[in-house]
Amino acid sequence: MSDLLFQWLRIAAPYLCAAAGGVLSERAGIIALTLEGYLLAGAFGAALGALATDGPWLGVAAGIGAATAVAALHAAATLRFRADQVVTGVALNLLVDGATTFVLRRVYDSSANSPRVEGFGSGGDLGSPVGWLALLALPALWWLLARTRFGLRVRAVGEAPEAATTAGISVARVRWLAVLGSGALAGLGGAFLALDQHKFSTGMTAGRGFIALAAVIFGRWDPLRTAGACLLFAAAETLQIRLQGTAAIPSQFTEMIPYALTIVALATLAGRAAAPAALGKAES
Amino acid sequence: MSRPPGPRWAEALLPPLVALAIALVVGDLLILTFGQSPRIVWGVLLEGTWGNAYGMGQVLYKATTLTCTGLAVAVALRAGLFNIAAESQLAAGGFGAAMAGLALPAGAPAILAVPFCLGAAMTAGAIVGAVPGGLKAKAGANEVIVTICLNFLVLALLNWAVAEHLHVPDSLHTATIRAGGLPRLADVHAAFRGSAGNATVLVAVAAIVATWWGLFRTPGGYALRAVGLSPAAAEYGGVSLGRTWFRALVWSGALAGLGGVNYVLGYKRYYEEGFGFGAGFLGIAVALVGRNHPVGVGIAALLFATLSQGGLAVNALVPKQMMDVLQAVVILAVVASVPEVRRLVAQAVPRRP
Amino acid sequence: MAGIAKRYGAVAANVEASLEVGRGEIHAICGENGAGKSTLMKILSGGARPDAGTVVVNGRDVTGWGTAEAIAAGVGMVHQHFQLVPTLTVAENLVLGREPTARGRLVLAPALAEIAALCERTGLVIDPVRRVGDLTVGEAQRVEILKALFRGARTLILDEPTAVLSPPEVTDLWRVLRRLRDDGGTIVLITHKLDEVLAAASRVTVMRAGRTVGRLATAGATPADIARAMVGRDVALAARDAGADALATAPPRLVVRDLAVADAAGRRVVDGVSLTVRPGEIVGIAGVEGNGQTELVEAIAGLARVRGGQVTFDGADVTAWPVARRTAAGLAHIPEDRHARGLVLDWSVADNLVLGQQHRFTRAGRLDVRGIAAHAAAQVAAFDIRPGDTSLPARALSGGNQQKVVVARELGGGRDVRVLLAAQPTRGVDVGAIEAIHARLRAARDAGAAVLLVSADLGELLALSTRVLVMYAGRLVHEVEGRVATPEGLGPHMTGAAA
Repeated sequence: MSDLLFQWLRIAAPYLCAAAGGVLSERAGIIALTLEGYLLAGAFGAALGALATDGPWLGVAAGIGAATAVAALHAAATLRFRADQVVTGVALNLLVDGATTFVLRRVYDSSANSPRVEGFGSGGDLGSPVGWLALLALPALWWLLARTRFGLRVRAVGEAPEAATTAGISVARVRWLAVLGSGALAGLGGAFLALDQHKFSTGMTAGRGFIALAAVIFGRWDPLRTAGACLLFAAAETLQIRLQGTAAIPSQFTEMIPYALTIVALATLAGRAAAPAALGKAES
Repeated sequence: MSRPPGPRWAEALLPPLVALAIALVVGDLLILTFGQSPRIVWGVLLEGTWGNAYGMGQVLYKATTLTCTGLAVAVALRAGLFNIAAESQLAAGGFGAAMAGLALPAGAPAILAVPFCLGAAMTAGAIVGAVPGGLKAKAGANEVIVTICLNFLVLALLNWAVAEHLHVPDSLHTATIRAGGLPRLADVHAAFRGSAGNATVLVAVAAIVATWWGLFRTPGGYALRAVGLSPAAAEYGGVSLGRTWFRALVWSGALAGLGGVNYVLGYKRYYEEGFGFGAGFLGIAVALVGRNHPVGVGIAALLFATLSQGGLAVNALVPKQMMDVLQAVVILAVVASVPEVRRLVAQAVPRRP
Repeated sequence: MAGIAKRYGAVAANVEASLEVGRGEIHAICGENGAGKSTLMKILSGGARPDAGTVVVNGRDVTGWGTAEAIAAGVGMVHQHFQLVPTLTVAENLVLGREPTARGRLVLAPALAEIAALCERTGLVIDPVRRVGDLTVGEAQRVEILKALFRGARTLILDEPTAVLSPPEVTDLWRVLRRLRDDGGTIVLITHKLDEVLAAASRVTVMRAGRTVGRLATAGATPADIARAMVGRDVALAARDAGADALATAPPRLVVRDLAVADAAGRRVVDGVSLTVRPGEIVGIAGVEGNGQTELVEAIAGLARVRGGQVTFDGADVTAWPVARRTAAGLAHIPEDRHARGLVLDWSVADNLVLGQQHRFTRAGRLDVRGIAAHAAAQVAAFDIRPGDTSLPARALSGGNQQKVVVARELGGGRDVRVLLAAQPTRGVDVGAIEAIHARLRAARDAGAAVLLVSADLGELLALSTRVLVMYAGRLVHEVEGRVATPEGLGPHMTGAAA
């Protein structure tokens, strides 16, 4: 039974981290289409960092650093150059996908897998200590948004940037920090993934960033509700793995659950009313 | 009608040119990290794409799919909407074409079978486009998120249909279609032997012309462009926003669906899981670099197809993923320089208030 | 504060404007739209820099200061469009930008006490833990005022504060402002409602065309005195031409009955309006902007959802018709906002000249490009649109020529115009274009169109209208024959003072 519980949490961990990044970015008004790229960059950085230094924690730091670097590109393009957020997001996902494979070939002469990453070894029930951090990501983000000055400002710039400006807040500064933080959080999720699977392989995130984004929307941009959505989506996946071969429901249908729920949420009024008002709009 | 003045051309052409220059520099740097000579690598790239009939056939084949998905994204963007679902509409189109080709009796005359299969491909893509279109028009649902989700839903559904019901044992593809196949370039000239290039390239050219015609020469296209540039003015001009959004996404889906014909009717003659991998997303880049103009989309599709095929040609020297990186660099450079260039052009040409 | 005089910008928003407000005074600034009131206040509150002139606050030269400095010096602005974050609570909005923290953590408790004290002192009672998005407009305005006071403002600038308030809320606002004054605060009130000036202020500065044209004490002044200063003797009224009465007996062409339109917040911005316009008649609607004129026109055009009532063209009930069908039935509409509604700015002049009529230029399912080009060439010549290059984007034209494009589209090219809605048809347009546009409106009238003209320019209304109706707070409150109407006579009705 606890076996099942930990399997569930291990599947949920990358979602929880990436979704925390998604909530932070979107609440500040920047669309988080790049979560997929952040996750992949995080996994890549963690694997290479851990292999190079033989230290799993240095790997985690490298993963966070790599993802944050991608986030910095996103922030520079959308905030400094006012590039369209959706197009930039799609391009960065493509960039990370290509660049990780390119470097993999340069460093390990393989276009599929890194060498085995020992990481945290067996790492306990959650695979690695990073898993516990992942479980804390969204509650911590809730605290940040609700209880700190930075959180208040994030909520203000995502909702009414002009009002924030007249109150003397630099909208661009808050958004820069939120996007970088979003990259760092998702990077942590990517690091968990690489250390949990003991390797980096190309495209290993396999759409997890988009599931995390779906969880953000299904959770109506609220950290705790988003955590619930991540756990729900992970539960569906866990059951599907457990029931493989025995159940009447084909795996393709359980894969659809997050996306179908998200479309339903968007099609009903609840999904629209909750979105940050300034989401996706360039600051004028 | 006189020609538009210079600055509008600058506004349209400058970003892609700047982007190409940046991509060349980045490419040089990446090549140097592998200890290769940029001049040699670029030479091999050109030789492997435009230097022989096989390479050319491959480039044309890839450009055909990209033209369709690029047109799909461009039509939606002209209406002010993002269609990120070109990826799954492409797959749905291929699936539709394959189903149509399997349903026909063997030996059905091409003059009937081909239009039937093309129609099936467009219909399948259009149905996928109708979902975000309808949700946008009726419930105001954000089309970006809906189309992203739809990609996963539709691809999972198609995979299930093929894996559970339609596949040939020990493969991920359907049986070979009985009718509706299109001739390969190699059938016309032996030099193209081995390349995937086929007659769908003509369909893509026709799609460029038809899209240009539809956008710029029909009242529906006029209304669509008005909605994209100024919804308030379009409404004032008697255009229904919801209906226009719906039509734009259906049209967009049909164009992406048409791209599926390239693989299914032109190349392999069956539907296979994951055949269009990435071409839908690349359609966004093609539309962007082509500045949402059908002719520009055609040119941009050739550019991206050259990069993609060129990656294979140089793979022995540098990893082909270098081209993925360069494609991303081109998109980023274009999307980041468009607002900047617009600002500079605006400064250069004082506008009266 | 004493002695402010400045010019602003290439577009002369302020020319030799000045303002002198004493400490502990409620001072009104009034003038018509575009008189330069808001610009002057932006400069005072640090939102804009003057090109010339000096700003002195409390004896200190602060010319060209910024928002932050103004706030620090105790000058706070209450914006007409509230600068509040609807998803945050009242308290969070108040502290935004200067949040009390302990090691990054928000500590709202002392702020809450401070807010409670402030509410107590000013009489601006509001529950600080409520979400701003859940408040009524009047309550949100209290928050906006509290926000300025919470930041230590001793001088409050209020920009059209009553535009969104109900009468009891207005009374309440005056009470609060007097209390603030009695507490030693200084209030500057921007308004164009004369009754408010008399009700609240002790002195008034009148502005016209960017200049300060008068300063008077309200004690002993009448609305007529102020209205005369606002409108000015030098507004030369164009020769009156009320048109022929020949068609006065014809059945009405446009009939509006009990029309009601609600805004997003559910308030009735058009509240039971009935009017008729006969063929060959121009009916002018006077009124201070924001009293429902925009919504009235949009409802007749089919662009606003109607809450109740009926609109008929030549006896046909068009209330539920979409825009395109009304256009086909002979509706022409010169919209108030030519940039948002009237033109697709990135399109060529030629394409803009067929907006809304694209179906007239369709042959067998295709756009008749030659027809559109020929139409454009003809209209550019007929309406003297310059430059005459029809492939230029509309954006590249001057305001006057842009407006001529709109007028040419709506009235040119042999359209059978039955009902013409003209909203602010000459706003931001040069003198030459004004005359040309007026001539076109008269020509449409003479050709038998029923013309409804909405304008903030009384001179224009009086020059063109057969009848003038006055709109105030969503209702029609006054009607007068065009030939006998005067600005002095209309003024009190426009400001609600005669009601």
